[in-house]
Amino acid sequence: MNIVVLVKQVPDSGADRNLRSDDNTVDRGSANNVINEMDEYAIEEALKIKEAHGGEVTVLTMGPDRATESIRKALSMGPDKAVHVVDDALHGSCAVATSKVLAAALGTLNADLVICGAESTDGRVQVLPHMIAERLGVAALTGARKLTVDGGTLTVERQTEEGYEVVTASTPAVVSVWDTINEPRYPSFKGIMAAKKKPVQTLSLGDLGVAPAEVGFDGATSTVLEHSKRPPRSGGAKVTDEGDGGVKLVEFLATEKFV
Amino acid sequence: MSEVLVVVEATREFGVKKVTLEMLTLARELGTPSAVVLGGAGAAEALSAKLGEYGAEKIYAAEGEEIDGYLVAPKATVLAELVRRVEPAAVLLASSQEGKEIAARLAVKLDNGILTDVVGLEADGTATQVAFAGSTIVKSKVTRGLPLVTLRPNSVNPVPAAATPAVEQLTVTVGDADKLARVVDRVAEQKGSRPELTEASVVVSGGRGVGNADNFKLVEELADLLGGAVGASRAAVDSGFYPHQFQVGQTGKTVSPQLYIALGISGAIQHRAGMQTSKTIVAVNKDAEAPIFELADYGVVGDLFKVVPQAAEEIRKRK
Repeated sequence: MNIVVLVKQVPDSGADRNLRSDDNTVDRGSANNVINEMDEYAIEEALKIKEAHGGEVTVLTMGPDRATESIRKALSMGPDKAVHVVDDALHGSCAVATSKVLAAALGTLNADLVICGAESTDGRVQVLPHMIAERLGVAALTGARKLTVDGGTLTVERQTEEGYEVVTASTPAVVSVWDTINEPRYPSFKGIMAAKKKPVQTLSLGDLGVAPAEVGFDGATSTVLEHSKRPPRSGGAKVTDEGDGGVKLVEFLATEKFV
Repeated sequence: MSEVLVVVEATREFGVKKVTLEMLTLARELGTPSAVVLGGAGAAEALSAKLGEYGAEKIYAAEGEEIDGYLVAPKATVLAELVRRVEPAAVLLASSQEGKEIAARLAVKLDNGILTDVVGLEADGTATQVAFAGSTIVKSKVTRGLPLVTLRPNSVNPVPAAATPAVEQLTVTVGDADKLARVVDRVAEQKGSRPELTEASVVVSGGRGVGNADNFKLVEELADLLGGAVGASRAAVDSGFYPHQFQVGQTGKTVSPQLYIALGISGAIQHRAGMQTSKTIVAVNKDAEAPIFELADYGVVGDLFKVVPQAAEEIRKRK
């Protein structure tokens, strides 16, 4: 099975994250950039399918030059090769334009299965899997906590607020996964060394037949007008339980009219 | 005034979700609210009274197996046809998994901008969003097409405004391209009658300090006494204490209730990301240095197995 995993480089969600003051985009320059955590689960799932059913795993990333670090990190887990869509004109692209570019890149890769994280930790927008599926005219099985592959038939358990749905489709398809689906492997030393030699193909907008005016700030379908930091919360009263902590807690709830 | 389409979110068990009432309330400030029900047979009839109570002047309904039996795509197709026909002033959906997914497909079909996790929307289309785990506030606008936004639950105070909506059944023309992902089963796992986590006005969450799955009864008991939902930290979920759909945090649900009570949760950034926009935060933790106390309006340093039962008893006494 020919599997493509979408991998996004994001600012580390464990550190302070900001939007840039000059153009309102995510500040990636001063941030510690890492693979979007949910994408590691997508890579793991792709590798498990390859191990069980054979095939090839390709990492696809759209991002600036420095995303190469994340591509090598992804490859060190075990995928065979990577494709990096990189073009200065992409800076400032909205989700709608991003889906256009990724769909165009997928068009060159002939994937049976596209796997990605259910959301990224920076935008948490969750829209790309369905946008890509809509453009490619293939099925989207999103929010999977379990994926079963039986020949060309895919079945997922899709997490919902009330429980889960069992959803099935034939390949080709896009599947997005939550972090409950597996436990991603750590790259081995051998894997890290091998990743350095794995092929990484770069594609420009020209290679994909997408005009620069369709992406970036010029092609954006929405704009950020302004942004500000929310004032940090400050801690309030803190009492040590001396046998009456529960009563005191309820007294506080009562003054706030919760009981 | 132009119509504002509100795509209804409802559950089979509890009916119209609160976020839908929030959207109708918001829609009234932007134009004339029309509710759009996309669901199984008979869905609109079951929901129409509640939708009218909150000001829906009209209900568009697309119902049946063609809509409900497949994942998302048929709903987006029907909605796109409706948007082209009525040319609404705005389209509002819930910022839930499915709400975002329907909006995603609609955005591509109409080549229209999309704004998610919106907490406020002005008549000129300027939206307020919270980003980076509630640390950044963003003002943004759709610049191509109409305002297509998904509203985060607990953003607007729902206010009733009675209307008597007429129901218009939409002719459903769903092609094979929208029937690629078939829903073969729906399994309910939600326990009891607690409010849904993202919509609850009170959330009581347990962390690693709760110790085991059985002890979560303590968390549930306090939640039930306060009419709240139960949440769990990632540490608690990863340890198997509580199911994943109740996880609050960066890789779980984002909640913004009136009251958030954290029991045995240290307050790692992973967890704070999902709850720090709550109005009032209360924490119980035996470690006085736990970072959760930095954001708690009221903190009790102590053993939750002593503090929580005593608090529960005190609430019962006061009732």
